[in-house]
Amino acid sequence: MRAVPIIAAYALQEGLRRRIFHVVLVLTIAYLGLYWLGADTAFEEVAEFEDELPLEEQELTGGTLFGLSMFGTLFLGAVLAAFLTLGAVRGDAERGLLQPLVVRPVGRGALLIGRFLGAAAVCVPYVLAVYAICAVITRGTGGWWPDEFLRPGLQLAAGVLVIAALGLLGSVFLSATANGIAIFMVFGAGLVAGLLGQIGEALNSDTLQNVAERTSWALPFEALYQDALYRITSESRGFTGLAIQLGPFGGAQAGGSNLALWAIVYFVIVLGATLAAFSRKDL
Amino acid sequence: MQDAAKRYGRVEALAGVSLEVQQGELVGLLGPNGAGKSTLVKIACGLIRASRGRAEICGAPAGSPAARAALGYLAELFRFPGWYSADEVLRLHQRLAGSSGGDGERKELLELVGLANAREVRVDAMSKGMQQRLGIAQALVGSPPVLLLDEPTSALDPAGRRTVRALLEELRARGIGVLLNSHLLSEIELVCDRVVILSKGRVVAAGRPEDLSRPRGVEIETDEGVRLYRDAGRDEVPRLVEELVGDGRRIYGVRVLATSLEEEYLEAVGGDST
Repeated sequence: MRAVPIIAAYALQEGLRRRIFHVVLVLTIAYLGLYWLGADTAFEEVAEFEDELPLEEQELTGGTLFGLSMFGTLFLGAVLAAFLTLGAVRGDAERGLLQPLVVRPVGRGALLIGRFLGAAAVCVPYVLAVYAICAVITRGTGGWWPDEFLRPGLQLAAGVLVIAALGLLGSVFLSATANGIAIFMVFGAGLVAGLLGQIGEALNSDTLQNVAERTSWALPFEALYQDALYRITSESRGFTGLAIQLGPFGGAQAGGSNLALWAIVYFVIVLGATLAAFSRKDL
Repeated sequence: MQDAAKRYGRVEALAGVSLEVQQGELVGLLGPNGAGKSTLVKIACGLIRASRGRAEICGAPAGSPAARAALGYLAELFRFPGWYSADEVLRLHQRLAGSSGGDGERKELLELVGLANAREVRVDAMSKGMQQRLGIAQALVGSPPVLLLDEPTSALDPAGRRTVRALLEELRARGIGVLLNSHLLSEIELVCDRVVILSKGRVVAAGRPEDLSRPRGVEIETDEGVRLYRDAGRDEVPRLVEELVGDGRRIYGVRVLATSLEEEYLEAVGGDST
């Protein structure tokens, strides 16, 4: 395990020097600029509806906008996580980057954990920073602040870590391109499950809600995202609370007390499966 | 390596090969594409698992940390991150190998492979030949007692090949055992103590390069032209010269003919040249 920090530093350096990181940074700046513009405009226009609607306009606007920003943050974090892990094993082996490292007396487990920590060291600060900046923008433009601030941010970061772990697992079996496609399909499946659940709730369909719930537990980054969404407006009540939940990227669902535990167990299972598969893989 | 075999589904890449490389010995591995050379080298360094048989490096099972600590490896297909300088590549491998050689070792290795002036040059900016020489320097980090080199000169120009040949001879002098996998027969013939020829996953010929070649006669250049004695060998040269001089001929040159490694190789692998 002596090699873990060496590999992690190597992976971090690689992550920061890759073009995708710079592309994501540029996209993020554009995204934050647009978010500020959108939030500012939305709050201004909503202020004109004063007392016309039977709900708290500022709360509805803030919750909906910030929920939307959380989806954007999760998506950008997922892009980073995917690109930092999709070629970690087979992709790097095909390019000849992996062999010189694997033959060193470092152990394949250390190599994999190091790669994961390197990706995490890029993704987690990134997600937390974008999440916090969006919260500050929402407050600055409309005076709205989430009911819970720290935990939803950490849940988003944890969701991105789950995606990174899935990317690492896929990288043992799939080429970089195939793995990238697979990760985004899995991410999309989670998103669709969330939307299905929302539709199921609106239609009062138990089947749709069951499918959505099981999928979100099978892909806990979605369950973490839904729980995070729930927490930012957990104190909203009445028609305002309902309207926020039915917003475009709502899908807010309380994950319950077992969600964090399940996310940890899931993460350990995925990482364990990755280690087992990599230790048997011919390179 | 004892009876090492590797199957990929129905394909038998290696069909029970036994091979030993002694300290200070340079062994050349020859064979056509698909003969199992790279598979053999990869088993030795633990990149793939043998389906059968045993492989050890300095007494430790191949692939174990102790075995990996004892070897240096240059893959046939390898790459270093483009943003690293030559010095950074070596520093990373020093840390991974647990080498305490520091700056002195890096400097010495870069000098050894002719990259002393490219220390701060990024891999991205290096030619393929420079990258290959950096790969050899990387394999030497930590002074391993065993070196596995898979096509180390494939991207080198003649001058680069000569540098590597000189390097291999120096490594032998230092007591390092080298397994050299190469397509370049002339190179193997020039530097290797022993040659192993693989075909279809099996050893089809092995021995010292001079032992593998067979006599093909004696050629004597006289004032009447060149005479060829097909059935004669080296031992018969004095008698033949004496007879010719006795007959009043002037002798300008004598050449003992033998088959080249290339001819022996082609005969050993038969039509196996995929």
